[in-house]
Order: sequence, then C-alpha cells, then structure tokens
Amino acid sequence: MRSSDFGFRVGVGAFAAALLLIVVGIAITLANDSWLSIQKFGLGFWGTSNWDPVAGEFGAFPFIWGTLYSSVLALLMATPVALGIAVFISELCPNALRAPLIFLTELLAAIPSIVYGLWGIFVLVPAVRAVETAMPEWLRVLPLFSGPPLGVGMFAAALILAVMVVPFTSAIAREVLRTVPASQREAAFALGATRFEAIRAAMFYARTGIVGAVMLGFGRALGETMAVTMVIGNNPQVSLSLFAPQYTMAAVIANEFTEAADALYLSALIEIGLVLFVITLFVNLLSRGLIWSMARQASPKAAALVPRGAEA
Amino acid sequence: MTASDTARARKVLSALFVGACALCVVLALVPLAFVLFFVVSQGVQSLNVDFFTHNPRPVGEPGGGMANAIVGTLMLTGLAAAMAVPIGILSGVYLAEYRGSRFASAVRFAADTLNGVPSIVIGVFAYAIVVLPFRHFSTLAGGFALGVMMIPIIARTTEELLLLVPNALREGALALGATRARAVFTVIVPAALPGIITGVVLALARIAGETAPLLFTSFNNRFFSTSLSQPISSITVQVFTYAISPYEDWHRQAWAGALVLVSIVLVCSMAARYAAARVASIRGR
Amino acid sequence: MNPPLVKVRVRGAEADLHDPAPAAHIETLKIDVEHLSFFYGEKRALEDISIQIRPNVVTAFIGPSGCGKSTFLRTLNRMNDIIPGARVEGRVCVDGQDIYRPGVDVVAVRRKVGMVFQKSNPFPKSIFENIAYGLRINKLTSNRSEMAARVEESLHQAALWDEVKDRLHESALALSGGQQQRLCIARALAVRPDILLMDEPASALDPIATQRIEELIYQLKAKFTIVIVTHNMQQAARVSDFTAFFWLGRLVEFERTDKMFTAPSEKLTEDYLTGRFG
Repeated sequence: MRSSDFGFRVGVGAFAAALLLIVVGIAITLANDSWLSIQKFGLGFWGTSNWDPVAGEFGAFPFIWGTLYSSVLALLMATPVALGIAVFISELCPNALRAPLIFLTELLAAIPSIVYGLWGIFVLVPAVRAVETAMPEWLRVLPLFSGPPLGVGMFAAALILAVMVVPFTSAIAREVLRTVPASQREAAFALGATRFEAIRAAMFYARTGIVGAVMLGFGRALGETMAVTMVIGNNPQVSLSLFAPQYTMAAVIANEFTEAADALYLSALIEIGLVLFVITLFVNLLSRGLIWSMARQASPKAAALVPRGAEA
Repeated sequence: MTASDTARARKVLSALFVGACALCVVLALVPLAFVLFFVVSQGVQSLNVDFFTHNPRPVGEPGGGMANAIVGTLMLTGLAAAMAVPIGILSGVYLAEYRGSRFASAVRFAADTLNGVPSIVIGVFAYAIVVLPFRHFSTLAGGFALGVMMIPIIARTTEELLLLVPNALREGALALGATRARAVFTVIVPAALPGIITGVVLALARIAGETAPLLFTSFNNRFFSTSLSQPISSITVQVFTYAISPYEDWHRQAWAGALVLVSIVLVCSMAARYAAARVASIRGR
Repeated sequence: MNPPLVKVRVRGAEADLHDPAPAAHIETLKIDVEHLSFFYGEKRALEDISIQIRPNVVTAFIGPSGCGKSTFLRTLNRMNDIIPGARVEGRVCVDGQDIYRPGVDVVAVRRKVGMVFQKSNPFPKSIFENIAYGLRINKLTSNRSEMAARVEESLHQAALWDEVKDRLHESALALSGGQQQRLCIARALAVRPDILLMDEPASALDPIATQRIEELIYQLKAKFTIVIVTHNMQQAARVSDFTAFFWLGRLVEFERTDKMFTAPSEKLTEDYLTGRFG
C-alpha cells in the first residue's frame, strides 16, 4: 500500500474512531459518576419505591415501573396501527398515493418531541380528563381506572408515546416487507390465495424482521423524555391505574437533574441514566439483530439494510 | 358450509383486512392533522415582529419575544454542525472505503448504537464532560451534546451515499494514478455531495428540535447572550419553560415557538426532498 | 421428405403422438384462447393470440427471450392481474368458460389452473406445511387425517414421497434445488387443479434434476393438462406433444411437436429451430 494511502487510512480512521470513543466514553462516564450511588444503595436502589431526595431516600422502582408500563402500553396501541400502515403503503396502496403517504408518516416522526409535549399539555390532557370524568362509576371502581380524573397520567403518556412510535415501527416494517421476495406472494396467489392470505404469507416470511421493527419502536418509547414528562404528572408512585400520575426514568432525570444539590442525589440520577442506557442498548441490539437475520434469509445483499437505530 | 360460502367468507375477510389497513393510515394521520392544526392556529396569533426581535420580559409581565432563544438555537446548531460535519463525513468516508474491515464494522456498530441512545442520556454525558469540569452551564456544552447526536446520523448517511457512487468512478480515478485520498476527495465525495448536504440539513433540522440534551448543558438564559462559556437560551428549552409555567402569555409564546420549530422541520424536509428529486432528475436516475 | 432438423427422442416408446381426434371441437378443448392481446399500460406485449390447448397433453411454448411466452402463460391463470396497469383484450376460455368475464372468481380460476415458477419458491415452513397451505386456505379438507392423506398423495404424484416421507416436518428450505422444485409441483398439485402451467421449471436445475422433472411431466400428463414454457428447444422436443412458437408477442406457429421439429410451416420457425437467431 502506498504510504499516502496509508496516511489517508489512518487520518480518516482517526475521525471514525471518534464514534467508538464516544460510545465507550458514555458507558464509562455513566458508570463512573453513578458509582457513588451504586456503592451506597446497591441493588436495593431498584427494589424500593420511596423516592424522597430531601430525606436522602432514593428508591427508584417507580421509575422502572413507569417507564415499562408506559412503553408497553404505547407498544400495544402503536403496533397494530404501525403494521397496518406498513402493509397499506407497501402492498395495498395505489401508486400515486404512495409517495405522499410516506412523506406524511415521516412528518409524524420529524415533529419535535417538545411540540408533541406542548400539544399534549393543552389539547390531549384536557381531552383525556374529559374522557376520564365521563367514565361510568362502575368502571371507575376497577384498579385500572381508579383515582381522580386529572387528565395527566399514564394513559395520556402512553397515548402520546404511541403516536410518536408509530412512524418508526411502520417505516422499518415497510422496509422489511420490501425485502420479501415477490416469488413468495406469487406462490400464494398461484394457489388461489386472496389478497389478505398472500399478504399474510409475506408477513410470515418477514416475521423476525417485523418483531425487530416492533422492538425498535419499544426502544424509542423507552427513551422518550419531553413529551412524556409534560403529560405524565411526574409523581413517583407505583400504580396500576391509567389515571394516576406517574414517573419515568427519562422524565425524572430531565426534571430533577438541575435541582440535585448534593453529590449523592446527582449520582442517583446518573445511575438511573446508566440503567436507561443499558436497557435501550439491549433492546436496540436485539431488534437490529432480528432485522439483520431476517434480511439475510431473504437475500445476502439485503443484510446491508440494517436501520440506523431508534432516534431518541 | 358450502364451498362457495367459504370462498365468499374469505373474500369478505380480505376486504375487511384491506379496510382495516386503510383505517390505520387514517388513525395515524389524525393526530398529525390535530397537532399541526393547533400549532398553526395557536402559534400564528402570537407570531409578530416582537417575537423575533425582543427578549423575554421579567416573569409575569406580558409581551416580549424569543430573540435570544432564536439566536441561541442558531449558535447551538452551528456549534454542533462545526463539530459533527467533519467528523461525521470523514467517518462515513472510512466506513464506505474500508467496508469489510473489522474496524469499520466496529465503528458502524458504534454509530448505530449511538443513534439509539436516548437524548437525555447524551445530555448527562455532555454534562459530565463539559459542564462539570468548568462548573457552569455553557453554550459549548449544549453544542457538544447536539454534536454528539449528529455525528452518527451524518456518518451513516454519508456512508450510504458514498456506496451509491458507481464503482466505475472510483476505478477510473485510481486508474489515472490518483492516490486514494485524491480519488475520494476530488471524485467520489463530490459525486455524492448533493446527497450529503441534504443529509446534513435534515440532521440539523432534527437536532434543532431537541430539548432534553440541552436541559442541563446549555440550560437557559433570560438575557441575550452570545458567549460560548455562558448558558444560553434555545427555542426548545424556552418553549418547555413557558409551557409548564402558569402564565397565559407565556403559553401563547410557547405555541409561537412551536410553530417556528415545526416550520423549520417542514421547510428543511421539503427542501431536502426537492433537492433529492432535482439531483435524481439531473442525473437521469 | 426433409430430414429432421432436430433429433426428436420421445420418452417411453409407447408415447402416442398420433392425433387422437380430428380438428378439435370446442368441447374437447381444455383452454381455448381467442384473439388475446395483452397490454402493460400503453405498451402492447401480446398481439392477437389464438390457440387451442387440448386436455391431457403437454403443450410447450418456445421462442427467444422477450417473445412473450411467459407473459402469455401468466394470462392463462390471471397471474398478470397483480401487475399494475395490465390489461387484457380477447377471451381465454377454460372448459368453455371465459376466465376474464367480469364477475369471475379469480381465486377459483387459480385453483383450477395451477402454476409452477422458474425458481422454486417454497414458503419458509416445513415440507408438510408447504403442501398443506393450498388445502388450508381453500378449506379443501375437513380434518387432520384427510389433510395428511392429501399431502401424501401430492408428494407421490410429484415423485418426492420416498425422499421426504421421514422428514415431513423439517424445513422445506433444507431440500436440494431439484427437490424444492418437485415440492412446489406437489404444492400446486395438492389443490387438484385440472391444468398445470410451468414456467421454465427446470431452467435453474442441474441436468440430473432436469431429467427427473421431465420424467415427472410425462407421468403427470395422464391426469393433468400441462403447459410448459421453455427456452430449451430440445427439452420441448423431448417432453411435449404440441409446441407453440412465439416471436415478438405473436404466435407464429402452433403444431404437433414432431411435425414442427421436422417440417415447420413458417420460415421464422425454421430459422429459430436451426439456430439462425435467438
């Protein structure tokens, strides 16, 4: 190799190394700065539910609860819609509509989270409050619907998360469906399948990729901060009720970071950040692995189509 | 059930399925329409010259604007771009030119991972790296956080675009005796440049709308400031502060800020789309 | 008498190429195509084709690439419907019924007229599940044992049973290329079509696998009507009773195979068969 080529490789490679450095740096920094809290509280940190920084008590279970509850609920609402959109755009849509529809779904993804949050506070929350107030007494008795109709709470948060997750899952699912060879659908049609049955055959073929797309949406929901913190009520309580104001890991960091007066408080918050980092890392890795393995089954070239990951 | 009954049932099921998918599309577009409607209708009322030229008034007093926030967002995205564009593009060049190497795979993995890290976590990272050592919030910290978010986006987009450049161009340049560096920077990158620029513009639009990483890096500033080492206001953080406040006037301004943000996003994505279409038609692809 | 242009070797000495009936009546025709034209949007791909396919024989479509033989094959089971902008003029009558008549149940047409593709396309499921697919969606069996019996019957018909009977529930993708193609044939036969359309079924296979497919075709024609598209003239000569020669979207000549390969009526056909083009 010529020396100038070698110099080129090293020079450009140094810039590329920045990416590695940053990721490793994040992991190390988070671990380092949460060490104080990890040492003091150990695993009990995540088992206790009493979050009282003033009194020096840091029980972080409500945040994991809130994060998982809101994300799973959002996923339940968003996944069918996202898959329906993906199927419609890639299989059923008239050609003229395709580009505008893709543009519109991408627009959904491009709206900043703070704008969703703003709309959430002033439009969604009053609407949810109205629904909650209108709920009949006999339903309100159930733990799922108990509590005063404040509007802010788990349901509003899950709803807004679902709206934000739909474009991500649907875009990846659409790409995944595109890699299904046309011969699979043709085989189904030739055997007398209806449109639904042929699409079902294609979706079966793409099942690992679709699961990957859904998980990517999950990862997105886990890390979402602004829209959630503006409508969830920010109350560190563990509750099954959709009406109850609760808290998520991302939201508590956003709200309390600048108020953390002492080192322990800060370290506790950073530990929450560390766990959030690890969980989203794991979910994203799993989802990308699934999508990649499905693409490889369809065609080796398509394996290059691994998406760039959920943008938080 | 007779054979024709089953056949009819299958057809009905198929038609219902198609209908359900169309319904899903409508279901997704409804919140989009809703959000845009409110942002435009509420925001337009409060958008006036004052908004763009005045700073915020003291707490509780009506009037004022977001001039400092707009300048702040410009500075922050400018800083982020200054940091992320060179690193991102050169990383993308490495990923494209040395695709098969293990180092490239590791870098690609890191880029995809970084793309998936929640923005609040990146804010924490930037806090630890830039805020803690200097003991105060600063524009630099905010720019750094946004830059970290931009690098992997630009790197991956650049890589994909460079891979689209026909190999024949690369081989032609090398066959004429160009060094690798020269071939890349004088032939390949220029061929992909329109797409790269589009990618940068889209990435800029995205990070201009970020709030979480700024909350404890650039923090906020009631006054007009252009100092790199002081906290600075930004449209997103200002909208957040106003939205959760109890003042009507501030709520109105929050909508106006949201309208500005959405307009930035819309203009940038349409410009990017238009540019991509023009390039495609010029190239005859 | 002209010497044969191509050596014709017919499988099975008892093969009867003697024309069973005089100029065919409508009732004995399996497929009767009248003045069929096919358009992709504005572009005309097939021009005014009329052909009569008889039951229980093998009819081959030959011609240079791009001549429209595959496109025409696909009009026989309305597979071209899934292409946007496709338009058909003329009639295709299967057993006397025009399949392009408005209101026709396309699903039923495709059950009656089955298709095997050039590259085998098994579903990523087990061997059993691949064959059961057509039975399931068309609800052709009412219980598990009936389904198993039908699956076994199809695998026998496709001459694949002995090779897979012990691994019916393993993945179909683990089979060799030739076995996968026979699996696709079995899958198509499971829904008991009358007609089997085969689009270059052996072109992706090695010579030994090709030979097995050709033997299979010979056995199948006793129960099914077979139409096969092939770019290999020798294969057409080996396997078919009737041959149709297509060129640039038109049907140039349709004749009994032995006559076409020894004394074609059209000069174009003769030029193609002797290798002057295509």
